[in-house]
Amino acid sequence: MRVHAGARHGGCLCYALSLSPDKGHQQIMEPANAKLAKSQTAPDDNESSLVAAAKAGDVAAFEALVNRYERKIFRLTQHITQNTEDAQDASQEAFLKAFEHLGEFQGNSRFYTWLVRIAVNQALMKLRKRHPRDISLDQEIETDDNFMPREIEDWGPSPEQRYAQDELAGILSHVIGELEPSFRTVFQLRDIEELSTEETAEALGLSVPAVKSRLLRARLKLREKLNRYFRRGIAQ
Amino acid sequence: MNCRSVVRELSNYLDGELDLNLQQSIEVHMEHCEDCHLLVDTTKKTIQIFCNSEPLPLSDDVRSRLHDALVKRLHKPRT
Repeated sequence: MRVHAGARHGGCLCYALSLSPDKGHQQIMEPANAKLAKSQTAPDDNESSLVAAAKAGDVAAFEALVNRYERKIFRLTQHITQNTEDAQDASQEAFLKAFEHLGEFQGNSRFYTWLVRIAVNQALMKLRKRHPRDISLDQEIETDDNFMPREIEDWGPSPEQRYAQDELAGILSHVIGELEPSFRTVFQLRDIEELSTEETAEALGLSVPAVKSRLLRARLKLREKLNRYFRRGIAQ
Repeated sequence: MNCRSVVRELSNYLDGELDLNLQQSIEVHMEHCEDCHLLVDTTKKTIQIFCNSEPLPLSDDVRSRLHDALVKRLHKPRT
């Protein structure tokens, strides 16, 4: 494994969720996405009632569902389209389409997963319209699983401590925007929207191995891009 | 266990999806390999920092348009 010369800076200054070289590696087995387990539980009764009422044509019930998920859906469409106007349109169209086709929602999956699938499709349509030459997201692509990371360095203090919130949000938005859409969307669904691997595969029309392969590559690429900002010793 | 195997299993390791033997092999390897230790640590931080990022609110204008469109759609026959 290659490391940039002079990149080592001793042990990491641990922030809350990082490893401490002094204390071994036991903490790492807590899943990196701690919210994931919680998100995969069955929908609460309140949501089931809202969905049932909305199915019966109750706009207020559907609006309650909109209020619950609009921020996440907008973040999703924003990350996929990388364009605010397209993201707004895609969000709106996704909710409208969901309302229109609510009768087809059987309750076999979470309402949120079903909504995400619709929103992804709407966002992809916008993306393809603007960037017709981008690779199709539901197309199986070869990924090199022997990909070896570069620039392995200690990040030092917590990025949240080093950057103001706005600045950090800008960095995250920039680096995720640099990812190819096929990787970006898998990372978005799996690690930000907290869908399971199977739900992500279903939402994107991909196989589970394809999701896993793209997720690994996306995580490694993002790590490498963030390394530019977070590695220890860079000027602030 | 070598560095290439750690990279290959990185996602499964971080997601807690490995069997105990493989998980322990990676941990033993990391005790002696600072590169892999740093790779796992910074990849975990990468996921967490995105996971902790705030969702974005829709603008009032879009919310208002959505509401109007929903009400309008109610008066149309459902597909």
